[in-house]
Amino acid sequence: MTTMLKQGEASQETAADRSTHVTLSRPRLPRWAPLLVAVLAGCASAILALALGWGLVAWAVLAVALYGVALPVWSRLVENPRAAKDRLVTTLVWVAFSLALLPLFSLVWTVVKNGAPALSAEFFTYSMRNVVGEGGGIYHAILGTLLVTLAAAVISVPIGLMSAIYLVEYGGGRMARTVTFLVDVMTGIPSIVAGLFAYALFVLFFGEGVRMGIGGAVALSLLMIPVVVRSSEEMLKLVPHELREASYALGVPKWRTIVKVVLPTAMAGLITGIMLAVARVAGETAPLLIIAGSTDSVNLNLFGERMMTLPVFIYYSYMQPGVPPEFGQERAWGAALVLIAIVMALNLLARAVGRLFSPKSDR
Amino acid sequence: MTTTVATGKPTRPRQRRGDVIFASSTRLAGLVILLALAGVALFLTVEGLPALSAPASKMGGESSLAAYIGPLLFGTLLAAVIALLVATPLALGVALVISHFAPRRLAKPIGYVVDLLAAVPSVVYGLWGIAYLGPRLAPVFSWLEAHLGFLPFFAGPASSTGRTILTAGLVLAIMALPIITAITREIFGQTPKLHQEAALALGATRWEMIRLAVLPYAKSGIVSAVMLGLGRALGETMAIAMVLSASRVVTFNLISSVNPSTIAANIANEFPEATGLGVNVLIASGLVLFVITFAVNFAARAIVARSEKEQTR
Repeated sequence: MTTMLKQGEASQETAADRSTHVTLSRPRLPRWAPLLVAVLAGCASAILALALGWGLVAWAVLAVALYGVALPVWSRLVENPRAAKDRLVTTLVWVAFSLALLPLFSLVWTVVKNGAPALSAEFFTYSMRNVVGEGGGIYHAILGTLLVTLAAAVISVPIGLMSAIYLVEYGGGRMARTVTFLVDVMTGIPSIVAGLFAYALFVLFFGEGVRMGIGGAVALSLLMIPVVVRSSEEMLKLVPHELREASYALGVPKWRTIVKVVLPTAMAGLITGIMLAVARVAGETAPLLIIAGSTDSVNLNLFGERMMTLPVFIYYSYMQPGVPPEFGQERAWGAALVLIAIVMALNLLARAVGRLFSPKSDR
Repeated sequence: MTTTVATGKPTRPRQRRGDVIFASSTRLAGLVILLALAGVALFLTVEGLPALSAPASKMGGESSLAAYIGPLLFGTLLAAVIALLVATPLALGVALVISHFAPRRLAKPIGYVVDLLAAVPSVVYGLWGIAYLGPRLAPVFSWLEAHLGFLPFFAGPASSTGRTILTAGLVLAIMALPIITAITREIFGQTPKLHQEAALALGATRWEMIRLAVLPYAKSGIVSAVMLGLGRALGETMAIAMVLSASRVVTFNLISSVNPSTIAANIANEFPEATGLGVNVLIASGLVLFVITFAVNFAARAIVARSEKEQTR
């Protein structure tokens, strides 16, 4: 249709008009141009790589470099410098993106490859007590991680949730503003400082060299509380005001409104936030290294003696693997695989809960 | 008996007991957070102060606390700077992909994968860094030494294990990346649609639109995101403690086997065996770290708060 119109107009134009004619559309590269350049760059660098005996990495680097040069040059010849720049930036952005994701895949692959051979029934059901060399397992570390993380959740969920309720439902004053700001700042506390804090606190009561699981829980809750507060705050803010007002209009006290109306409405989001917070602290190492210590035996008492946890187990198994080192390092990889699986499972579960049980109105 | 009694006072709504209890308990929870933060500063100071009188044997042979913490502080800053130099451009690239370049359907899963990057425990990063990345970087280091050895950064001799501050910085970069990405992509996404469409309507290419509309809007957000990443990189412990073979020196040589340690990694390495005043020395260094990261985070959040105020106006 438009082309017919153009032809019609063109036939009416005189020769003089045509000489001063300004074209509105500029030549553009076809849609498949990037693909073509990519294929050509890949082939060219493959030929070079084969000829010179280079590896896969060199091939990829060369191919990307060729693509990054060729496409803008072609675009500059056909289109204009601005379009060429646009194509160059697009390439750079995607390169940055793939460079950033490369480590993730490499990491997951390395852990799975090295960790999978270590997994066995014995690995999950034995502790490291009296184990030298081969054998042994992470039973004590799994139990320790569960107990410490659970204790941390028991400490931080009530405090975090109540603070969030305070900020959303009762806030507005100077104290609420201070709490909000400090919670934000608190999210940046280095984990090792949290461990030192727990140690400095417990050493006042139990004397020098104190190591106990509950100390680890205190340190972890220092890291967990700000995460819980932030996520719960966001979720409570999403609850529509009409629900609260309807409840007040029925004469329901404010606290019952919060407990019976606001919290159930936001429940899915709250649970998601708490699970993500748990997932975050479950992998923390530094504070537990300091205050929970390390041991080879099962210890179920949070309030006495050292307690092994998975991250600390990984650290010691790899850095001090014993003689011969292979067995210790294999256990470290196995434990790393288990830890990643736990953390990822918590993450996925949290998102699933959030998606399944969220109120339908906000979508 | 239905006589109305005029009390003379305006009737205030009756304060229900449940309301009072609930309100004050939520306030208490908020107070606990304030106390906890104050407690961190207080207890670290109480336990750190005795370190001022620690003998040289507890401080690696240094005569004063400052001489002990100084090189560690240098290492901490060096590793964090390397991490940010690498992570910032990559993080901005990822954020732009998610907010503007990727097809809408792909953007969400990509964002999710980046979030998973943040969920990987730091000890696993350390394991990957020492066992996988380090050995693969070792030949790169010897190449750098051979070809760029005239620069002080690559003077060498190159480490054969790859356990250098540069490797540690790269691992830190990977860990700081999701944080920077998460914040910047949110702000990129908040850029007013009208600004972007106006730029496109004037004939701007996509990059020009981003440069003219998105980046100026997100400037303060990017700054604060980078500072939050800095806070994370400064305080990161396990990855450095595992990757780095450290020896408390001050050097800009990034690829040799003699590397400056960081405060956090030094604590993690020394604490399990420390006794007596040695513990106090480590806690004092932890206090220094706390103050620095607190200041960095404080500044970052203040920038965010200020820009939010400007935008709501």
